[in-house]
Amino acid sequence: MLMHSAVQNAAEAVVGGAVSAADAARAFALPEVTEGPWWVALIPFLPLLGAALCGLCAAFKVKSKLPAWITVALLATSFAITVAMFQQLSGGASISHAFRWIEFRWGPEADQIFTANFSFYADNLSILWMLFVTGLATLIALYASEYMSHEVGTGYCRFFAAFCLFVFSMSCLVLGDNLILLFLGWEGVGLCSYLLIGYYYKKPSAVAAAKKAFIMNRIGDLGLLMGIFLTFVHFGTVEYRELFALAEPYVLALQQGRIGDIPAIVNLIPVLLAIGAFGKSAQFPLYVWLPDAMEGPTPVSALIHAATMVTAGVYLIARTYPLFLASDIALPLVAWVGAITALLAATIGMAQFDIKRIMAYSTVSQLGFMFCGLAVLTTAGGVFHVLTHAFFKATLFLACGAVMHGFAGQLDLRKLSGVMFMPGWLIVGLAMLVGCLNLAGFPFTAGYFSKDLILAEAFITPTMAPIGWILLFTAGLTAYYTFRVFFRVFVGPKEFHPGDDAHGEAETDVEEHSEQVEQGNPQAEAVGEKAHDVGDEAHGADEAEDHEHGHGHFHPHPPGWAINTVLATLALASILAAGLYFIGDKGWVDGMLQSSTAQQVYLTQEGTRASGYALVTAEPAAKGTFLGFDPHKAMYYVSAVVGLIGIGVAFVLHYLGRTEAATSRADKLLPAMGPIATWAQDKWRVDELYDMVIVKPLRVISHIFHVIDKLIVDGLVNLFGVLPRMIGSALRPVQSGQLQGYAVGMAVGLAFVLLVVVLMAVAGAGVAS
Amino acid sequence: MQDVLTLAQAGGTPPMAGVTLAHYLFVSAAMFALGLVGFLVRRNLIVMFLCTELMFQASGIALIAFARYHMEMSGQTFVIFVLTVAAAEAALALALVVLLFRRRDSLSTEAWQEMRG
Repeated sequence: MLMHSAVQNAAEAVVGGAVSAADAARAFALPEVTEGPWWVALIPFLPLLGAALCGLCAAFKVKSKLPAWITVALLATSFAITVAMFQQLSGGASISHAFRWIEFRWGPEADQIFTANFSFYADNLSILWMLFVTGLATLIALYASEYMSHEVGTGYCRFFAAFCLFVFSMSCLVLGDNLILLFLGWEGVGLCSYLLIGYYYKKPSAVAAAKKAFIMNRIGDLGLLMGIFLTFVHFGTVEYRELFALAEPYVLALQQGRIGDIPAIVNLIPVLLAIGAFGKSAQFPLYVWLPDAMEGPTPVSALIHAATMVTAGVYLIARTYPLFLASDIALPLVAWVGAITALLAATIGMAQFDIKRIMAYSTVSQLGFMFCGLAVLTTAGGVFHVLTHAFFKATLFLACGAVMHGFAGQLDLRKLSGVMFMPGWLIVGLAMLVGCLNLAGFPFTAGYFSKDLILAEAFITPTMAPIGWILLFTAGLTAYYTFRVFFRVFVGPKEFHPGDDAHGEAETDVEEHSEQVEQGNPQAEAVGEKAHDVGDEAHGADEAEDHEHGHGHFHPHPPGWAINTVLATLALASILAAGLYFIGDKGWVDGMLQSSTAQQVYLTQEGTRASGYALVTAEPAAKGTFLGFDPHKAMYYVSAVVGLIGIGVAFVLHYLGRTEAATSRADKLLPAMGPIATWAQDKWRVDELYDMVIVKPLRVISHIFHVIDKLIVDGLVNLFGVLPRMIGSALRPVQSGQLQGYAVGMAVGLAFVLLVVVLMAVAGAGVAS
Repeated sequence: MQDVLTLAQAGGTPPMAGVTLAHYLFVSAAMFALGLVGFLVRRNLIVMFLCTELMFQASGIALIAFARYHMEMSGQTFVIFVLTVAAAEAALALALVVLLFRRRDSLSTEAWQEMRG
């Protein structure tokens, strides 16, 4: 292909100088790619099998927990295979070819071909991702087996089928060896997210949230899709192996300050990919769908909307990091978007009362940290934060879910207090404490180390110090709102008001009873009441169902073995994840990433920073400092102090002197805050802004188009319908029904034909003579 | 007159003196016109049917006259067939008329005007 060879020529031209100067200066080490074992393909396909089996369970109307055990077993196998692959992989990358998928050529030349196969690219980055995706999915499926027990027989199969399908899609996204397979997984996880947010499809708010998530993601997906198109147009391939090699000359050019050698299209591709990442990972301005996504069942919130799917954007950037390094605008853009999102979401999270929503905003905020980590050139920091966040955020969500499950859907932190000290709730409370400490960045927790890496590198990277300050401030806010939840819900005086929500079907039963009572005549009313009583007793026998009915005799039911086991495991994993920081020279994650293409770009010499940032500062920048100190060392103390201040403020405002669940000292501060507090509570009215700026104008335009459609398009069609009818009604009187009338017509017609014939004969005779 | 002489010379039976083809055609045309006018102005089904028969026979006369004039027997053969068909058709048509009469107790065409726009 012409374009392709042009690119290669340009690439050779770019490399040319460098090659002659120093022998083959490399921008980064390309991993050696080998043939991978076939069984890597089982990692995605086992969950797909699980989805099919759960679908069969639905078809045969299985009324047991069978789908959950199928899911747990297959996902655990998938996890075991991932571990086996991790053992086998020692640096480098391997490609396991499953089958040919898309492959077509449009000419005889070698490069006139478009290939995107079902092949799986296993390197340290993708295997690292798969380890926590499959591992967490297994644990959360186990948790869900108990959490979703209300739904056995109705939506249970549907839930686990979508769950399995999600893991399949996520595996394709992460393991795919080309951007098309990544896109397939990308859309697959979006679909599963939609299906699972809208799981309670009878609830209008859940349906609206599902649609919102889907549409918001589409906007980002457009960016990703255009990025992929441009990648193929410019580089002539979408396969990572070739793509990274082709991108390297541009990275080198940027590092050497030859900015003129970077075509605009190479600058544009990572920006478009980043837009896709912003949509999937809920970054400003596309973040509004994620808090609403909490309408789904809590295991889904934990797995998809906190631990795995939303990190797909981070993965995309880490995976295509060479493309981002080749652009001098993409990474600063990512950094600023990440920082703004982190701050914005944290401020909103401070003012919310729904604990699941607070966790959702903290997810958005932490994702902002991860993006910043990638953007300030510490891929290790970003990915390490993804890893630790996956564990502690899953812990937090599952603990919140246990509370929601036990208190009939109560999530308002003003209506619960002292939960940890109620009988049977200790494990949930401790797990929550571990999660909160991690999220708040308490010293020596995993979250503390991973956040510190990002903060320190932000101060080191030239021009990125403002990002560092924003993130540092956000870290303080994070500690505050995290412990606000903990101090109000889990400790303090014991008090609870159960929610009125029931999971799914039981609720409709109650409603039916009450309708009967309202509508019936006196006799039917008595019967209806009796039926209600009987129903109550029947449910009363089963404690699990008890909370559906009246608040009078409610008692919370503490979680069972599955939920407790999973919470304990995850809390333990969150603690142990801190140990990863001490493995190897610069931490385990860093060691992993060094042999992938998402390797951290270190200072090659004192003062030169190997990336586009060197250009921003005009000359090789001095190594950044934190107020004159080495950021890495200073940050241990600074961030610890910031985190402790946040926790302390929460302690004073929400624990000290609090005698009931509904109020705390913080309420006294609200008048002093003025409108800021209410605005933060209203989520800065971003939804309303979008509604006004985008939705309303679109609606007006659609009305205009509707009118045009009605008048012009429909009018034209209707005209062709009306025309024959009008002609018909004009000609209809001719059919008089009178025999003589027709006879006259025939006679006149005959006479006319005769006349013509005669006249022609006469004329013919005239011509002949 | 010239035509009649040629006919006689061809060995056919000599025509009636003074009666030429034009006479036959005139009778035929007159009969046809009578039939047509009768068909158009009368409302009685039977009379109208008779008028169609009249037109039929008028065309038959014209055919025979031309056949005799050209000494071409196919014209006459054709008329034989026409008469046969006309007889059959008369039986059918009269039966129809009887049925129609039974339905409406009237022979007028105005009793049958349902198919109109």
